[in-house]
Amino acid sequence: MSGAINNGLSNELSSEIANQMMTQEALMQWIILLPLLAIPGILLFHKQQNLREAATLIVGALLLFAVIAFYQSFDAGQGAYVHWWELLPGLDIAFRAEPLGVLFSLVAGSLWLVTSIYSIGYMRGHGEGNQTRFYFFFAIAITGVMGLAFADNLFTLFVFYEILTLSTYPLVTHAGTDKARHGGRIYLSILLVTSILFFLFAVIGTWTETGDLTFTAGGVFDDSTSKVVASVLLALFVFGIGKAAVMPFHRWLPAAMVAPTPVSALLHAVAVVKAGVFSIMKVCVYIFGIDLLAELPITDWLLYIATAGVLLASLVAMRQDNLKKRLAYSTVSQLGYITIGALLATQSGVLGGSFHIVAHAFGKITLFFCAGAIMVAAHKTEISDMRGLGKTMPLTMIAFFIGSMSIIGLPPAAGMWSKWYLLMGTLEAEQVAVMIVLMISSLLNIAYLLPIPLRAFFDGERSVVSIRRDEIKEAPWPSLLALSITAIMTLVFFFWPQPFYGLAQSLATIAGGAHG
Amino acid sequence: MIQHLPILQVIIPLLAAPICFILKEARLVRWFVLIANVMAFVVSIMLLQQVNLHGTLVYSLGGWEAPIGIEYRVDELNAYLMILVTSISTITIMAAGSSLTKEMAESRQTYFYIAYLLCLTGLLGILATGDAFNVFVFLEISSLASYTMIAMGNDRRSLWASYQYLIMGTIGATFILIGIGLMYMMTGTLNMHDLAERLPEVEQTKTVFTAFAFFLVGVCLKLALFPLHLWLPNAYAYAPSIATVFLAATSTKVAIYVLLRFIFSVFGFEFSFTHMPLTEILVSLGLVGVIAASVVAIYQTNIKRLFAYSSVSQIGYMILGIGIGTKTGLTATMLHLFNHALMKSAVFLALAGLVYRVGSVNIKAFAGLGKQMPWTMAAIVVGGLSLIGMPLTVGFISKWYLILALLESNLWPVAVLVLIGSLLAIAYIWRLVEVAYFKPALQNNQSYKEAPLAILIPAWIFVIANIYFGIDTSFTVGLSERTADLLFGVAK
Repeated sequence: MSGAINNGLSNELSSEIANQMMTQEALMQWIILLPLLAIPGILLFHKQQNLREAATLIVGALLLFAVIAFYQSFDAGQGAYVHWWELLPGLDIAFRAEPLGVLFSLVAGSLWLVTSIYSIGYMRGHGEGNQTRFYFFFAIAITGVMGLAFADNLFTLFVFYEILTLSTYPLVTHAGTDKARHGGRIYLSILLVTSILFFLFAVIGTWTETGDLTFTAGGVFDDSTSKVVASVLLALFVFGIGKAAVMPFHRWLPAAMVAPTPVSALLHAVAVVKAGVFSIMKVCVYIFGIDLLAELPITDWLLYIATAGVLLASLVAMRQDNLKKRLAYSTVSQLGYITIGALLATQSGVLGGSFHIVAHAFGKITLFFCAGAIMVAAHKTEISDMRGLGKTMPLTMIAFFIGSMSIIGLPPAAGMWSKWYLLMGTLEAEQVAVMIVLMISSLLNIAYLLPIPLRAFFDGERSVVSIRRDEIKEAPWPSLLALSITAIMTLVFFFWPQPFYGLAQSLATIAGGAHG
Repeated sequence: MIQHLPILQVIIPLLAAPICFILKEARLVRWFVLIANVMAFVVSIMLLQQVNLHGTLVYSLGGWEAPIGIEYRVDELNAYLMILVTSISTITIMAAGSSLTKEMAESRQTYFYIAYLLCLTGLLGILATGDAFNVFVFLEISSLASYTMIAMGNDRRSLWASYQYLIMGTIGATFILIGIGLMYMMTGTLNMHDLAERLPEVEQTKTVFTAFAFFLVGVCLKLALFPLHLWLPNAYAYAPSIATVFLAATSTKVAIYVLLRFIFSVFGFEFSFTHMPLTEILVSLGLVGVIAASVVAIYQTNIKRLFAYSSVSQIGYMILGIGIGTKTGLTATMLHLFNHALMKSAVFLALAGLVYRVGSVNIKAFAGLGKQMPWTMAAIVVGGLSLIGMPLTVGFISKWYLILALLESNLWPVAVLVLIGSLLAIAYIWRLVEVAYFKPALQNNQSYKEAPLAILIPAWIFVIANIYFGIDTSFTVGLSERTADLLFGVAK
């Protein structure tokens, strides 16, 4: 009790501090634009590596500070709304703080800094070229993510969605090889095809149908919209938001694994894919409203498609020997969980789904960091080559173990909470089949993730790593630091899920608010 | 002075053309042409101001009143287009100096500038005049000047391209003349305002139907509507770079203006869309044009030809917008008219810079240019993104309105096909991007420098306009909506 009061007091205090410095509105705009401020520094110091990275790190730290300050005053009840300009009559570029957006901005803001630290170790350790270009587009992508997170309407969301697609293309194809070009082609074509053909179509369709694209609690559709039209629009949204990687539009994700590991880590475990499921969640909660969602006949079908995707992707992941590929398919499968959470159209589903955005982000980024660390330090990419690696890279492998637990949903890792609420959601919605599949998929997660760290530690006799046992050879320290931070955070959020849990909870309340 | 603005708009470039003969010296001529262009641009801005103040301006040539004399009529629609044409012409001419020096002998440059000015005269004349026969005359002036400009390309195929255009263009002009003749036969007047009043009395006659058909086909030839576009790809590909920029950005747009003026103001919406199956014709042809030309564009190896085919497909979008026959559709067309001019000016000017340095527009020559000419390539990429219709570029705005218009009219299958059209645009743009940014420079290529600033700066003016008008749409959307109102006869 006293803790809660203390908490409230400190919240008040910090929001007061924030008030003195700048208003909540100004802070929100800073969060969106801050990453861009790193760009002049990055370009100016393109010859001096250390200064260039300092620019990214300083801005990253500022951004982290900003999102936390923003969260605190948001939690204290301060909303924010900013209207930039009217792009077309009735269609605004505008931003508003709401729980899901704040949650997403917290995740992306904190992980950008960590990833930047990691990148320094990785990019130098791996001897990558064109690093200035890399940091440049990375910063633009983060702006895209922040704009998307705070978008007040579908139109703004779409604009930033496309900015994110285009700004990440140079990152995916960073290597510039034929393979990278090929992967980039798949990445771009799937994301653009789905977004233009389905997503944009659905946005304009919603606009002609309702004349309102603002995210509204309870949805924007009224009774005049026929069920058929709404169903078609929902399907267009779910498949059109290709970043959510709903099967059969998931192939860009494995293809994008040609990117340098920090890109895979932040963009393809956190920013890009989460932007996708975030958008789906937003559409489900704020455009359709879960009441309408539950009434639509197509929702069940989409739910089954997403469920089938979860299972299939897990099965495919088992067959991958390339670690990054396996993680990619695991991501496809885990994104399905969040989509399911949104489509279940229950409060628990929304809660579990949005918390899984956080849990999966921290867990998966740890796994990717580990994959990159192994690549830099031991030059291994195939899982079969990693036996006995625990002796030389103990920290990395421990972090990998923790990350895996979170993905599987075992305590004491954050992933447990989201799986818990998702399963509750399936029960509430009486979707037993979905529940069974989710449980099977968790078992599959165990089968394809846990053996990697376990064999690394306990399969030393058949070790293929030809280094002396007692020799420790970890990745460069910035990378190691980064992956330790995310692994520890994964554990911390099991015991202290409060900031994210609270946000997910208030989103669920908003979603359920229409119930009366 | 102020009341003479409509004629000044046409007379300035017309008089400037022969003066170039006297000046002779290419360098002098260049500056002189630039000044004439700037003057025309200023006049066009003043005209729009006057139109905003006083409504439609009517100017009787030589003081002869309308039915006998020729009348110039400037309302918001043509004032808007005059600004478009003169501004693009002015910015293009800034780049002309260095680009022409590379592409043709100095002795020929003066003639090029003269043809350029005459072409401008023709285009502005078409826009200004309120007389049907006068439209034909100015159309011929601009066409003849274009044939000349195209023939001056330094590729031998440019002669063939010019000849092809000459034949097709003349057929088109003849059809237009036949159409106008038939109208005159039925009404006894050539003044468009009078025509609009007298045509309804005789509109149920086969002669008027025939006049409409001839006129429509003739104009569609001029504006390169699929399948009457055959002259366009070669003409754009082999013309001097500057001529390509100018023609791609303005001449087809002016032809679309003629189409709009006649089907809405002269024949009237009622006649065109209810007595004539205009919706079916224009929507289907526009759609086929969008898809077919985009597919053909994907397979081009000459990049100027690629973007020429892209122009044909973009014209398809504009025709589609007209064909829907609603106000939103027309707004989309007007927006795309303006926006497409910006996109193609940016792209073709950047290509002009590329020709200046590399000397070739074959796709093979693009290998490694992303590194060597970053600003030039970036201009092409941004122009390309605008063609695709990415948010925050002008292309997105016009595409949004077009889809909106289609959905409002319940033409959603057409909307799907339009979106597929923009996916095809991704295919042809990205083929270029991949070569430019992923292929290493060819072994025997020396390292190319960035395009000269004289070309790069005008190109980037257009690139920035592409982004600016994609973000601040109040000017373009407002004007497009008002002109759409105007054509639908809604009082302001």
